[in-house]
Amino acid sequence: MITYAAYFAFACYGAAMLMCLWKVAAADQIGDRILALDTMVINALALLVLYGLAFGTEIYFEVVLIIAMLGFVSTVAYARFLLRGNIIE
Amino acid sequence: MESLAEILISAGLVIGGIFGLVGSFGLIKLRDPMSRLHAPTKATTLGVGGTLIASMIHAPLFEGHLSFHELLITLFLFLTAPVTAFFIAKVHLHRNERPETLPTPGEDRLWATHDADRDGNRD
Repeated sequence: MITYAAYFAFACYGAAMLMCLWKVAAADQIGDRILALDTMVINALALLVLYGLAFGTEIYFEVVLIIAMLGFVSTVAYARFLLRGNIIE
Repeated sequence: MESLAEILISAGLVIGGIFGLVGSFGLIKLRDPMSRLHAPTKATTLGVGGTLIASMIHAPLFEGHLSFHELLITLFLFLTAPVTAFFIAKVHLHRNERPETLPTPGEDRLWATHDADRDGNRD
């Protein structure tokens, strides 16, 4: 039962990442692109956690932590570049 | 006992997957930029939370060890999602709105992101 639930969640997050990718390609404003990239990072985190659960490995949790930090910092840096014109002043 | 844990883990996975799908669907479905901000930051965070809860139940029962990585990831995500949403909302205010189209902030000032335009270098 856990296997089928994990496959269902894999399908959900895969479709969610495709929607975010379409939004990155077809958005009409730059803020929506940042939002879609941030959502893609969160979906990638969920996919990695699911992979660790479904295949019984725990090496991916450190990867998840690093991707979470990188995603947050890159989103804030991009938004700050749009707001101020530079990142570190 | 074993089947109850399986039901809990499966429920967490399925609910988390549905929330993640709904969040990303709202990103392409909603019309207004400010309301588009709600769907990914709230629903997707809940979806990842459900997946992490399922993983936390799964580790001691099926792999035989406690796992606290999920608590760290949950804490980090729940702390950073509002900050990210705030920054993207500020980008929308900065690029799409003029001071005339916004409601007044209540004091004798403009909104902070437009105030920087007027007197040079204030944030």
